[in-house]
Formats: sequence, structure tokens, C-alpha cells
Amino acid sequence: MKAFKSLDGLVCPLDRANVDTDAIIPKQFLKSIKRSGFGPYLFDEWRYADVGEPDMDCSKRPLKKDFVLNQLRYKGAQILLARDNFGCGSSREHAAWAIEDYGFRVVIAPSFADIFFNNCYKNGVLPIVASGEIVDQLFRECAAQKGYRLRVDLETQTVRNPAGEWFQFDITPHRKHCLLEGLDEIGLTLKHADEIRAFEERHKAAQPWLFA
Amino acid sequence: MSGKTLYDKLWESHLVREEEDGTCLLYIDRHLMHEVTSPQAFEGLRLAARRAWRPDSVVATPDHNTPTDHWDDPDGGLRDPISRQQVETLDANIREFGALVYFPFKHQNQGILHVVGPETGATLPGMTVVCGDSHTSTHGAFGALAFGIGTSEVEHVLATQTLVGKRSRRMLIRVNGKVGPGVTAKDIALAIIGRIGTAGGTGYAVEFGGEAIRALSMEGRMTLCNMTIEGGARAGLVAPDEKTFAYLKGRRFAPQGANWDKAVAWWKTLKSDADARFDKVVDIDAAGIEPQVTWGTSPEQVLPVGSRVPDPAREADPVKRNSIERALAYMGLAAGTRIEDIRIDKVFIGSCTNARIEDLRAAARFVKGRRKADSVKLALVVPGSGQVKRQAEAEGLDRIFLDAGFEWREPGCSMCLAMNADRLEPGERCASTSNRNFEGRQGAGGRTHLVSPEMAAAAAIAGHFVDIRKQGKPGA
Ligand code: SF4
Repeated sequence: MKAFKSLDGLVCPLDRANVDTDAIIPKQFLKSIKRSGFGPYLFDEWRYADVGEPDMDCSKRPLKKDFVLNQLRYKGAQILLARDNFGCGSSREHAAWAIEDYGFRVVIAPSFADIFFNNCYKNGVLPIVASGEIVDQLFRECAAQKGYRLRVDLETQTVRNPAGEWFQFDITPHRKHCLLEGLDEIGLTLKHADEIRAFEERHKAAQPWLFA
Repeated sequence: MSGKTLYDKLWESHLVREEEDGTCLLYIDRHLMHEVTSPQAFEGLRLAARRAWRPDSVVATPDHNTPTDHWDDPDGGLRDPISRQQVETLDANIREFGALVYFPFKHQNQGILHVVGPETGATLPGMTVVCGDSHTSTHGAFGALAFGIGTSEVEHVLATQTLVGKRSRRMLIRVNGKVGPGVTAKDIALAIIGRIGTAGGTGYAVEFGGEAIRALSMEGRMTLCNMTIEGGARAGLVAPDEKTFAYLKGRRFAPQGANWDKAVAWWKTLKSDADARFDKVVDIDAAGIEPQVTWGTSPEQVLPVGSRVPDPAREADPVKRNSIERALAYMGLAAGTRIEDIRIDKVFIGSCTNARIEDLRAAARFVKGRRKADSVKLALVVPGSGQVKRQAEAEGLDRIFLDAGFEWREPGCSMCLAMNADRLEPGERCASTSNRNFEGRQGAGGRTHLVSPEMAAAAAIAGHFVDIRKQGKPGA
């Protein structure tokens, strides 16, 4: 997994609540057996005027000009600013893969759906929960200033705006450690293989039918 | 000291270790796999030269991509080359890594994983059940801790038989009293989501209790737990009882002989203690629940069938007003339209929410002796599994549907998410028994209204939504 330490990035605002994973990456793209290449299809139905199919050359497709991702001022954005319940719906990790592949490394929202939230961490994307008031303020500032950037620092768990105001966000020590170091979680867990095996033996003795 | 909730008991009985910050390593008993969210996980194992920890925990079947017709053609109907590649990749991965049981495409027991797991007895009370699919919450109907995971976690479970996570908060949703006639588990689920919102359960594991829940059949409990994720909670739970045991007895992977008695004794302890504390309790009056229809593009945009579509001008909160406007525009509905005046183009009876035998019986009971409205272009019935299909055919349900002008298909996810050829065309409106009405869910530009199987059947006959309670006796 890619490590994440800090980022000074352009912000792209997506002003809708309940953005679901079908909107983030529509189902036809889930037929891929790869983990990469989803970025061009991120928000496909909102971004393009035609119906997207896998393996299309997106550089030639007609764009919906109004959609934020298509506006020049947000080109190259690495921070996505979103509303409540971002990433609701299915468990498809393709949603996190698409966000990461597009170039976003941080998503800031008042709340996230649980599975999507988890999936972000596994892919070096930092989801940040901020209060509704703060998110409102960020949306206002972002609309008012072209080239609006935020500075995100994982070590100190802070987000700083251009005026130097900052807020702090929560993250569990375990996730922070994995993200800072870019650790392979499976490798970490396998360090406890003996404990897993011992648990398995006890479990099997108590409920043998689970091991039929 | 207060007692333990069912969730606590399930969590603790699978706890391998716990870090100081509350991060836990949780043992996983059952791992369900389908073709869409697993290929990258197997690829990851291969790249790291890792083996599957316990292949006999795996139950697998392709369901999302598989076609529901033309099975007798030489290509088996699986014409889309990339869908075919995904299904064949699952075949190859199971061959290489192993499984307790695999139902390949067109196997007589193939079907939607969340239908296949319970009907084979592969889902048991007291288990931890995971799958790279958010509707894994379905299996909580058996008193199993069951939740959806992402593909990285699928790989983690394959490699270590565990997951890393923290405890959820606990919510109890009590549905008190009895529901009225014509009100199903689907209506209870939709009414709950309408009440708590699609983010209401975020961060929680939900236990369902109360008289109306105990009165539900296992099928009904599965419908309810299935849609817990639409209320934001990854896991929904119903404590097992005699109905659970009766459902499981004799099924292929259920315990036998002395183990059965031992298992039942343990399962009987799987309930929240009388003095257990929940972080949140929601009480709902069952008698107040009416047949539900969603009007928007989120499952929380739902109303009783007798209502009118909302008017955004009356909403004070700007973010909410904006989502109502957007939803109405997408759905092609004017504010204030009576739900019963909404005409539909297609009907879909299927999905892991409502494609079990009981759902098909309920729909067939209403359809019997009637005909689909001419204005309805397609009324599709897709059984949840091969087993459900055989049972339905043995009872003659297929004939009832066919005689009424419905189509009777092979099992799979089908038009629930339209990854195969079954889909809505842009602008088409559908009465659907599935679980998600998101934009484009059933096909780009398609408009979905979520309803119970009875309500979908009645809409197919009338050509628009109707209040099932006002219809003549089913089958009359
Ligand atoms: S039926 Fe629909 S919700 Fe259920 S597993 Fe299939 S695609 Fe997902």
C-alpha cells in the first residue's frame, strides 16, 4: 500500500449528500479483474454525456461541462470535499480504487459509509470526518477562491486552510501507523499466526460443526 | 454490571486478540465469494505467494454477471466476453485455492450467494460470515455476525482467516405489536430506513427485536436484515429461535446427530441479556406501518403508498431540498404526484432481498388468474437460486407467472444491478423488489421504485402502483 504522510493539495467540491458507490463507479466497470485503471470512469454518469462502457477511450468522450471534475479550475485536484454519507451503497472497493486512480488522496466529509471508509485506508486514501460546520466553511471558501488548497498532515492529524486556520481529525493509532508506513496489513496479521491457530483449535473443540 | 448484547456475544466468541486502542483481530467462520469482488484478492495472494488459510470456509458461486436466459445455447448465454472472463476467473481461482463448495455457472444450485448460503445450511447461528458484498447483512437473520467487506479484506480473510476491526456501537430496533394485512418484511425494512435515514445506522450493528420481528418467517427476517445496509449499518441481527432451528434442520451443511443437539443448546444462548445496554434504541409501532414505495433515488426517499411525492419547496434544509429536487428531476416526477398515479414500464421480482420461495409464492398468489397490463413492457421473475426455482416449479408458480404474461428466468442477481443483459433503458420506470434505487442502478437513466413482491405484482397487473390492501382477495 502507498504510504500517506502529508499533502498540500488542490480541493475539488462535490456538493451532494449520499453519494453512492454506483455513482462513484458504475457497475459495468466492475467486470474488470484488475485493480487499476478505474480513474477515467470515476463518476462516469455525471462526468460524461454518453453511456460509458469498459475499455472506452475516455479522452474522446463528450463531457458534461458543468460537472465539477470537468471544470478547469479543479484539474489536478487531490482532495475531494463531499457531503454526508459519502460512499454509501455497495462494498465495491472499485470505488476507492477509482478515487485513488483519479488522483485523490484525501476525501473530507461530515460522514462516510462504513465499508467505503474502510476501503479507503486499504488503498492509501485518507478519509477525514469533519463537522458539518467545518465542511460548510470549506465549501464556501472553495467556491470563493480559485486554486483553493488545503494542507493535510497525518502525523499531527491536522488540516490547514490558506488562512492558516486548522482543525484536527480522528484516526485510530493502528490505521495511522499502517498509513504512515504504507504497511501490508496481511503481513502484520500473519505475525500473529500462532495466536490465530491457537484460537482456531479452541473454537473447533467448542463448536466442531463450524469445521465440517 | 449490565448484561451483554447478542452482538457482544458474537464478537467476543470470535476475538483472537485486541490491541490497546480497541483494534481487534476477529476470526471468520464463513467466507462467501462471487466473481466480481474476488479476482483482485486472489491475484494479491498469488503475487505475495500466500496460500488460503482455510479453503473449507469458502462457499462460492457466480451471480452478479450471469445471464438469466439462453442457458441452453452453446455459449450458455454468457456472451459478454468480459463477464465471461470474470466467471471463468472465479472457476480457475476456486480450482487453485479450494472451497467447501462451489456452484459454478449453470450448476443446479447456482444462485445469489445470499440465497444459496442459508438454503444449504452454510450460514449458521453464532458464525461470523463475511463476503465482498454489502448485502452479507442478510445472514444476520440467523443470529450470525455477518457483514460486507471490500476486496482487500477478502484477501485478508483468505490469507489469515481473520479481519482487523473495531467494535461497532449497538442499536436495538424494536418493532412492537403486529403488522396489518398486506404489510411485509420489505415494508418494515423500508419504513425503518424512512425513519432512521440511510446513514442512521452508520457505525452501528443493529439488532431487530419486538413482536413483529419474532412473527416474521426466516425468509422475512432475511429480507429485513438484507436491507440493514441501506440504513447504513453493516450488520443486522435477529436472535435465533425455534423458527431458525426448524429452518436449518436437515440442510446440507447444518450439524447432524449429537452435534445438532450440542449446536442448538449453544444457539439458544445467543440472545441479548435482559439487562443488556444498547447505545441507541428505536421503537416502531408495527400497526402504523403501511405498504411502502420509494419515490426517489435513495432508499430513505420512501413513503406509504397512499401518499403524494414531496414538494421540495416545503423543505427548509437546503441540502435536503437540493436532493429532493435532484431526485424528482431524475425520476421524472412532479412534486405532489399521487404515488398511485405513477405508471410503470417494467417490473422486477427478484434479488437477494425478495427472491426466496416465500416471496415468489406471495407474488404468485396475487397474480393468479390475472394478466399483466399491456402498458407494462416486461414483468421479470428471477428466482434467487436453482433450488428456489425447482421448488417454485414444483408448486406450479412458473405457470401462474407465465399465464399472466410474466417472464420466468434462470437464477441470478439480474436486474437488481443490471450487470448482465437484464436492465432498464434510459427513462424507463420499474417497480422492483430489489434494494437500491440509486441513479442508474438498474441501467443508465433507469428509474427504480422499491416495493414488496406483492406490491410489485399488483403494479404489474394495474400498470401503476396500487394499494395492495384495496385490491380484491389474492387469487380471487
Ligand atoms: S441481488 Fe443485487 S444486492 Fe443482492 S447480491 Fe446480487 S447485486 Fe447485490
